[in-house]
Amino acid sequence: MKKQNEKLFTILALVVLGVLVYLAESNLDAYKLRILNLSAIYVTLGVSLNLIYGFTGQFSLGHAGFMAIGAYVTTLLVLPPYYKEMIFILEPLVWPFTVMHSPFIVALLLSGLLSALVAILVGLPVLRLKGDYLGIATLGFAEIVRIIANNIPQVTNGALGIKGIPEFSNLWWTVGVAVFTIYIIKGLINSSYGRALMAIRENEIAAEVVGVNLTYHKVMSFAVSAFFAGVAGGLFACLITTIDPKAFMFVMTFNILIVVVLGGLGSITGTVIAAFLFNYSLEYLRPVEAGFSIGPIVIPAIPGLRMVAFSVLLLLVILYMKKGLLGGAEFSWKGLFQFFRKIFPNKKSSEGSAR
Amino acid sequence: MELLMDLLNIDNITMKFDGLTAVSNFKLKIAPGELVGLIGPNGAGKTTVFNMITGIYTPTINKIYFQDQDITGIKPDKIAKAGIARTFQNIRLLDNLTVIDNVMIGFHLHLKSNLASAILRLPNYAREEESIYHKSMELLEKVQLEKFKLEKAGSLPYGQQRKLEIVRALATGPKLLLLDEPAAGMNPQETKDLMGFIQKIQDDFNLSILLIEHDMKVVMGICRRILVMDYGVTIAEGNPIEIQNNPEVIKAYLGVDANYA
Repeated sequence: MKKQNEKLFTILALVVLGVLVYLAESNLDAYKLRILNLSAIYVTLGVSLNLIYGFTGQFSLGHAGFMAIGAYVTTLLVLPPYYKEMIFILEPLVWPFTVMHSPFIVALLLSGLLSALVAILVGLPVLRLKGDYLGIATLGFAEIVRIIANNIPQVTNGALGIKGIPEFSNLWWTVGVAVFTIYIIKGLINSSYGRALMAIRENEIAAEVVGVNLTYHKVMSFAVSAFFAGVAGGLFACLITTIDPKAFMFVMTFNILIVVVLGGLGSITGTVIAAFLFNYSLEYLRPVEAGFSIGPIVIPAIPGLRMVAFSVLLLLVILYMKKGLLGGAEFSWKGLFQFFRKIFPNKKSSEGSAR
Repeated sequence: MELLMDLLNIDNITMKFDGLTAVSNFKLKIAPGELVGLIGPNGAGKTTVFNMITGIYTPTINKIYFQDQDITGIKPDKIAKAGIARTFQNIRLLDNLTVIDNVMIGFHLHLKSNLASAILRLPNYAREEESIYHKSMELLEKVQLEKFKLEKAGSLPYGQQRKLEIVRALATGPKLLLLDEPAAGMNPQETKDLMGFIQKIQDDFNLSILLIEHDMKVVMGICRRILVMDYGVTIAEGNPIEIQNNPEVIKAYLGVDANYA
């Protein structure tokens, strides 16, 4: 397969994706659109967490914190000033937030940039830690963000949260950002810098003695990851239209972690599939929570039971599919065509059906 | 006869871990193009010397100079950039990456393209990556590993992993190469090939080499100068014949006959 052809197929696939998004936007009901939007946001979240955890090998549990930063920044920037005056009941909103206002895309970018900046400041000391210790420290960071958000009502409206955020997020935004995230992170990991990140994952000492600057590369990976988590947080706020600190509890991080582990550490394709699988299963498993009976055993309605089902699924994947659902395989046009050739050995070349 | 500037000058360094003195008063000068052997029984402190030179440990007392620059306490990646590369006694490859990636990573420290142009694969980066790929393939050809370029490094047989690790070290463009027991686990034929290979890369890349090795045939065969350590102390230094006949060395390796003492 020639490089030129691959590029052509990619563009073709993007056009098809665009048509699909258009069809979905104009035909599907709000409920179905919500699940698709959430899935697309989870793609962004999952792929960005995979960068720092799957590719760089740094166990970070701070994603909900970066999401929260992005969500609040976007919210404060897109809400019209007169509306802000109305909803901040606990304490009046402080200047300059009262007058700040920007278009959605600027708000998203600033959300990402602020998250990345915080990631650099937090990452410089914290990324010296390894393994579980880093996990605990980053989890602590996310909790600190949430508690701060709870306690500065003059900026965040405290535990009351902010309601009535304009619903800017639609499939064009969420899928567009997901595609952009994949493009950037794929570009990063396929470059020499990405090789350095994977070298750190494989063997830190070996990476260091061949000249990989550990601090720079770890912090860079952490910041890029946080950038996209921040942008996803902004999209999330403008999709749900209401945010409060409770939305960014550690459960949020674990949801993303489930997506990453299901899809496979270090597999972007797997993460994309797992993001959709996760959100759709959450919906399909809803009846489980309504209570049911297995023969004579009656299971009462227990809210949150579907998460138990997920725990079981996660356990099975960890036990039997260590590399995730796809076994670490990555999508490529070459692989796709080889697959088609295997299925249809007689045909000389099969039609290039995208996706 | 010190006409040439010393490439490496280790000035009486001592390394203490709490109460334990792993290396004491270690002195070594290496001139450009020299191949020096470092031998001694297990636990003598040889690898600790390597770890100090490459910045993994900082000597407790005194300093290390490389090309007249003080490199004591500098981070390993900066030392690699200055021109010191090494291999490890217990091989440290990037097991889940391909063989070619294991070599290409060595060129990362000389990368000129910035992060943005690498992510977007701009022409200047694409050219650089291309040339890194070709240089890496050339290096792999030197050790006949080019046909395994897409295999995972961890799946290679032991002897080839050792060779790959040396090639990765060469990719960083070193002036001084530290080899930590390169012949360990090799059969006699592989060892013989390795001796030739070490001498060849020394000539081809204009290298100085410091070699830790237990296989005396290798050390005596290719090193003109040998240092012997025991319990952290340098007990002898000289050419192979001097070393072989040095009573201190014989004592360290074979122990002393009770009657003889």
